[in-house]
Amino acid sequence: MAAPTKTAIKPGRTLTILGLILASLLAWAFWPGLSHSPRLGLDLRGGTQVILSPVSTNGVPITDDQLNQSVEIIRQRVDGFGVAESEVTTQGSGDNATIIVSIPGTTNKAILDSLSTTAKLDFRPVLAEDYGSPQPLPTATPSVSGSASPSTKPSPVASSNVSIAPNATATATASPQVSSNGAAVTGGLRPAADSASPTPSPSASAVTTTAPTAAGVTSNDGLPPIQSAKNDAALQAAFTNLDCSKTGATKGGAADPAKFLVTCSTDGQLKYLLEPAAVQGTEISNAQAGIAQGGVGWEVNLTFTSAGAQQFAATTTKLSKQQPPQNQFAITLDGLVQSAPRVNEPILGGSAVITGNFTPDEAKALANVLKYGSLPVTLVPSSVEQISPTLGEDQLRAGILAGLLGLLLVFVYLVIYYRALGLVAVASLLVAAAITYALFVILGRQLGFTLSLAGVAGAIVAIGITADSFIVYFERIRDEIREGRSLRAAGDAGWIRARKTILAADFVSLLAAVVLYFMSVGSVRGFAFTLGLTTLVDILVAFMFTRPLVSLLMRTDWFTSGKPWTGLSPDRLGVKTEVVPVGRQSVVAASAAKES
Amino acid sequence: MSLGSLAHRLYSGEVSYDFVGKRRRWYAISAAFLLLALIGLFGRGLNLGIEFKGGSEFTIPSSTATVEQARDSAKAAGIADPIVTEVGQNKIRIQSPALTPAESEKVTAQLSKDLGVAQGDIGVTLIGPTWGSEITKRALQGLAVFLVLVVIFLSLYFEWRLAVAALVALVHDLLITIGIYALTGFEVTPATVIGVLTILGFSLYDTVVVFDKVRENTQGITSGNRMTYSDAANLALNQTLVRSINTSVVALLPVAAILIIGVGLLGAGTLKDLALALFIGTAAGTYSSIFIATPVACQLQEQRPEMKALSARVEARRNASEKAKAAVKSVADDVSGAGDLAIVGAESTLAALAAPAVESTGPRQQPKKNTTRSERKKK
Repeated sequence: MAAPTKTAIKPGRTLTILGLILASLLAWAFWPGLSHSPRLGLDLRGGTQVILSPVSTNGVPITDDQLNQSVEIIRQRVDGFGVAESEVTTQGSGDNATIIVSIPGTTNKAILDSLSTTAKLDFRPVLAEDYGSPQPLPTATPSVSGSASPSTKPSPVASSNVSIAPNATATATASPQVSSNGAAVTGGLRPAADSASPTPSPSASAVTTTAPTAAGVTSNDGLPPIQSAKNDAALQAAFTNLDCSKTGATKGGAADPAKFLVTCSTDGQLKYLLEPAAVQGTEISNAQAGIAQGGVGWEVNLTFTSAGAQQFAATTTKLSKQQPPQNQFAITLDGLVQSAPRVNEPILGGSAVITGNFTPDEAKALANVLKYGSLPVTLVPSSVEQISPTLGEDQLRAGILAGLLGLLLVFVYLVIYYRALGLVAVASLLVAAAITYALFVILGRQLGFTLSLAGVAGAIVAIGITADSFIVYFERIRDEIREGRSLRAAGDAGWIRARKTILAADFVSLLAAVVLYFMSVGSVRGFAFTLGLTTLVDILVAFMFTRPLVSLLMRTDWFTSGKPWTGLSPDRLGVKTEVVPVGRQSVVAASAAKES
Repeated sequence: MSLGSLAHRLYSGEVSYDFVGKRRRWYAISAAFLLLALIGLFGRGLNLGIEFKGGSEFTIPSSTATVEQARDSAKAAGIADPIVTEVGQNKIRIQSPALTPAESEKVTAQLSKDLGVAQGDIGVTLIGPTWGSEITKRALQGLAVFLVLVVIFLSLYFEWRLAVAALVALVHDLLITIGIYALTGFEVTPATVIGVLTILGFSLYDTVVVFDKVRENTQGITSGNRMTYSDAANLALNQTLVRSINTSVVALLPVAAILIIGVGLLGAGTLKDLALALFIGTAAGTYSSIFIATPVACQLQEQRPEMKALSARVEARRNASEKAKAAVKSVADDVSGAGDLAIVGAESTLAALAAPAVESTGPRQQPKKNTTRSERKKK
């Protein structure tokens, strides 16, 4: 009862702080020049969502590294199509993992098809190599970023600065390639000026007017991987005409190891004409990134199975005698060249080391490609959902309408039941709604949070949960009044009791949301996230808005008057007058005293 | 008693129901519902959506196309036995066994040609046959983790007996919701699963509110001899009855809004499935937090030796006061006490709490309204 003096300053200050929080959130959300609406999920704006489940083909549980490699392949494929805002995400780990691919807009069948093909890793001897896109004339500014060759001729063939050698642990002498790579450019894959050599293109004469559409050459709309059973004129024409800067050129796709291949490097900088696979990725027993001999730079160590070692020995023996660029073999993953190391000597021991000016990340990425590229994992599309933009629009409209209707119904009920206090609850709900909306916008912008239909539903359901907190508080105030406290004291005492209940109940809600979020897939997650977020907003609003506002109102004369419209009139609470129960009690007490 | 006046009595707190004392009745009602639910679940089984069985679904927005046209078109595209239904406003839904993306492309092309709808406007869902078991497994894992965490939290916040009682109520709600789905044949989709999982939080919210009051009323109860645990808990239930109803109504209103809009505008889909499960579950949750959770909690608590001792003391005291009452009071007839409802003056019950020295209460007395217990029971 001594509370009033203590809380005298507090309510106003708390409200001011909340006002500042709200104002800054709204300012952040509605900052001019940025998007002012939440990022909508595909089910609200149309698009395709594919959920892929990795399935192990050899019964061995899938590791996270394998999973990550699969995701990288999928990401390369999706990004290669150049659809803006496509997303590839994973949930869970190992055998329980799922890969979720979201592609906005109208359906692209080619992307869907590309997702269900299995990636392959191969080693293919290089027949020809060239820049991925037409080069500008020497006088023009070089447009190939990172290219260290300012005087490159229009059609140079540069040999790789990446080289492969017998593993240093097997041969005590350091591999000579290490030193020869000192001046290489950063990419590790890009042609180095110092090792550029004249153009002995094996097919120079063959590149004529032959139509690239000749029978036998298979490709996807002229985009890599382009394959043929024979290295004929048609394939060479396809190689010449290939422009790796075109959209879709680096999407990759399944490549038959038994056929010749025309393709691009993963970054589209270079294009290659390659022989059928000499060694398949399944013959790699291990690959590891490590610091190079002598401690300068990073390298990738590679070990083959016994069968692979023999194939690799034969191939490297042959390649080491060739002229650039035919002394290289390309490591192709999913039909795209990951790296094309030069072979300077036969590698016979079944273990090799790839050197180049690798950064640690590049070395690790290449090692992962080699190790997990031939995954014993297939990705099975578990769910494909195509939602047309019109349906998405319908769903969004329905969601908004349901939200408004829900709010309205709750408002009406609260005001009828709680009168002026109901208005406090309505104001609190509006503040909560404003904060939630601002958070949706901000989270969408900053963290890529997307609001799905299930998320919208979660937000609507949360209206009820948020209002429940206010009801718990108001009913506690009424309890206190029934117990004979003054209105002002009831506001404070009621809060102390209600606070605990609200926190406990909200904690349970939050617990449900967190468990749902981490244990579930797809749309359930969106729902759980919104539910959890709104529960936190509920606590914030109850503590920093509803409570201080009630506290302030309780001091007004109108509220203390206990008029019916305050929602706290003692009459309506069953406390007829304060005298009656006291009177009864005293009568009882008297009679009890008389009896005993 | 008219509805309006009942509402007013609830509002003013003049009416008190004997929830705990009549627990056998509520248990019987629930048992009957649960039996029905189990019969439905094991007899009819759930009507699982294609997300669980695997299959394909095409949604065609068209105001002109008829169900027959769509069926013919789907058959022409090679679907042997399509299930064609009209949903919502101007939408036709075709369901078929699982198709490959290539096959579905063929179907959408055919539908687009025959029904005059742009191919991009046709919604397509393809679900692999194993996906359903995957999400079911996840949902069950999530459920198990949540239940364990909730029992731990409630055991810490209250005590294990209340946690167990809350859990019983929760399982009750889940079973009844699932049973209603089985009995009515409503389609079960992932959105339904979301709804059912959300019931967990909802159902517990109510239970926590009631248990908080129960705990408050039963604090230090063993040191007295006026109220048994069950009496105090029943009082708490009555005191929180209005807010239980209010929180439930307010929670149900937005859910009802989703249901109305979802069914009326979209016909089928996430919104409807989610809201339907929530609606059933929340209604069951409100019932169970009043009629199941607290009575079960009382039964568990009454097993404790100190509570048994308390009950014995209260019993003895009541017997004594019965005699005293018979001797002193002949005026107050128990006219209204014959009904199922034990009606007591709530304000006097509250006054009883405030002035415990002269008060006692119990479910056995069935006095007239506005007759304070203190008038009936004296030392």
